[in-house]
Amino acid sequence: MTDTSLRTPLRPLGQILSARAKGEDTRKIERENIKRRHDDTKESTLMRAQGRLLVLGIMFLCLYFAIALRIGLLAASEPSEPKSQRAGASIVAQRADIVDRRGRILATNMDTHSLYVETAHLVDPEGTAIALAEVFDDLDAKSLFEDFTGKRKFLWIKRKMSPEQMQAAHDIGDPGLRFGPREMRLYPNGHLAAHVLGGASFGREGVHAAEVVGVAGIEKTFDERLRDPVQSGKPLQVSLDLSVQAAVEQVLHGGMKLLNAKGAAAILMDVHSGELIALASLPDFDPNNRPKPPSKGQAADSPLFNRSIQGVYELGSTFKIFAVAQALELGLVTPETIVDIRGPIRWGKFKISDYHNYGKELSVSDIIVKSSNIGTARIATMIGSTAQQNFLGSLGFLEPIPLEMVEASGGKPLVQDNWSDLSTMTISYGHGLSATPLHLAVGYAAIANGGYKVTPTLLADRSQAERHRVLSDDTAAASLKMLRSVVTKGTASMGDVPGYAVAGKTGTADKPGKGSYETDKVIATFASIFPAYDPKYVLVVALDEPEDRTGDQPRRTAGWTAVPVSAEIIRRIAPLLGLVPQFEN
Amino acid sequence: MFGAVIGIAYWAYQENIRTKQELAVAEDLQTAIGAARNRLSILRAEWAYQNRPSRLQDLADLNFENLQLTPLRAEHFSRVDEVGFPAPPKINLSDLEIVEIAQRGENEND
Repeated sequence: MTDTSLRTPLRPLGQILSARAKGEDTRKIERENIKRRHDDTKESTLMRAQGRLLVLGIMFLCLYFAIALRIGLLAASEPSEPKSQRAGASIVAQRADIVDRRGRILATNMDTHSLYVETAHLVDPEGTAIALAEVFDDLDAKSLFEDFTGKRKFLWIKRKMSPEQMQAAHDIGDPGLRFGPREMRLYPNGHLAAHVLGGASFGREGVHAAEVVGVAGIEKTFDERLRDPVQSGKPLQVSLDLSVQAAVEQVLHGGMKLLNAKGAAAILMDVHSGELIALASLPDFDPNNRPKPPSKGQAADSPLFNRSIQGVYELGSTFKIFAVAQALELGLVTPETIVDIRGPIRWGKFKISDYHNYGKELSVSDIIVKSSNIGTARIATMIGSTAQQNFLGSLGFLEPIPLEMVEASGGKPLVQDNWSDLSTMTISYGHGLSATPLHLAVGYAAIANGGYKVTPTLLADRSQAERHRVLSDDTAAASLKMLRSVVTKGTASMGDVPGYAVAGKTGTADKPGKGSYETDKVIATFASIFPAYDPKYVLVVALDEPEDRTGDQPRRTAGWTAVPVSAEIIRRIAPLLGLVPQFEN
Repeated sequence: MFGAVIGIAYWAYQENIRTKQELAVAEDLQTAIGAARNRLSILRAEWAYQNRPSRLQDLADLNFENLQLTPLRAEHFSRVDEVGFPAPPKINLSDLEIVEIAQRGENEND
């Protein structure tokens, strides 16, 4: 029984017994004994607690080190993509393409390289400078050498280059020449739709990549959408039709050259949806190599200037139909009402007269067909200035058009501050109010589509949010009939395209010069609607300073300039738009 | 017990090696897909560039003698009744019976 022998008795019996024998107080001994036992227990508990604390401490320390190690590893190691990702889920981080309404590419991306120099690594600065100047025509060997030997450690040589140039630069073989991969924006169609696309350039640049940012046109308007990685696989579809746009630009360019105009603009719009099928402005530029804004001269003469949406012009007689349409709408006249056109109308120093003398009186329909200023002014007087102002406002002629292009806000119409009775008369035949050709297209679209104002758009399949009626069905139909007569027997007789029943109105406005109007410079406009039996499209063509020099006298009126160009455009594009010709007889 | 531990360890080791191999294959595939995508986008750009309207116009002009391509115009459209369809086949006498029966059927429907 080893256990019992080791057991210490609770009471120190030996001492108690001997104390009893001596007659002493045994309680004192017992108390001492209890105290000693307590001390023992306390000590062992303390030891055990300390031991536990130590173990716990070590455990926490290990944990701490493990976490610290992991954090350190995560921070120090190169980030890598998860390897087991599915192939389809990988994100193509590049700017989205821009495609036309049939999915043909208007803008896409290409891999290219930038060229930069780390001067510290250059072995032969002089030889490299000379060789580089040979590869790139626009570089100068002398200034390159100065840069290489100057204080700078790093400099860009080329932001983008062709593979051939890259090979040539590589063949120079200097270790200081470095290539950085990057993406660039490519417009495969060159000049086509240059103003709509705008252009792109590099934003923040690094040696491993560079940010491509839109600088103008829809590239700028939709910059965020195009850069959004979530939608990078989805191209931005615009309403333009590549082949129609090409045909319009080609014919317009030919017409501009033939008629010695210094600029031209054309707009083709779907009258129901407001989609712009073609939007051209000449002269244009190559968005792949967008020119710098002009530092001198007039901004309006720069190729960057978009005449169709930025250029505000007095659009002349094309406006007459709005005065007549409003008079019809208000019930003031019918197409057969006879109006006194004896003139000229004198208003202070100002005189309103007609291009030709058309006799004493004309019906409202003939005022449009023959384009009588006096007749239109008389009708405008019946309408009154407030009503005219409200009507033109409802057609959008007083505000910039909210088109999806940054440049559109620049197309703010110009009107005189006080809309006097004289203004009412002159504005009725298109003088005293300057607007863009796009404004005119919107106005004509309202006549073509049965009286609704449309909002032009550059995006495909954007349905009109709300259709806002500005004219009654009957007024629109009567106005359209008059516009058709202008082509069949009026000022736009050259505009007839067999099969496509063109309706439209010419406008020839003298250009404002210094102080007064120029006598030999005009803006010739033809706003047309086709086909008249079922209007689908509106085409506005404007020529800046055209002059037909084939006859004895130079001819500048729209009937001789803008109208034949429009007719040729319609002849070319109507089949492309899928319109089947209908011959009326 | 000890054998089981060895066995499981060996299995785990094997799986680890195989996973790593598969990952390497997947990575190669990713690289290949990336390269293919890149090539595809370049080809698309090339296609768009080769088919740009100005080039097609030039080609049509250059090859006018052989192809005689002109822009589509209103005169190129025609109506279906202007198309010269082949003449209907001659009717054999033996088919007449069928026509008679068909006519009779129509009359009955009336």
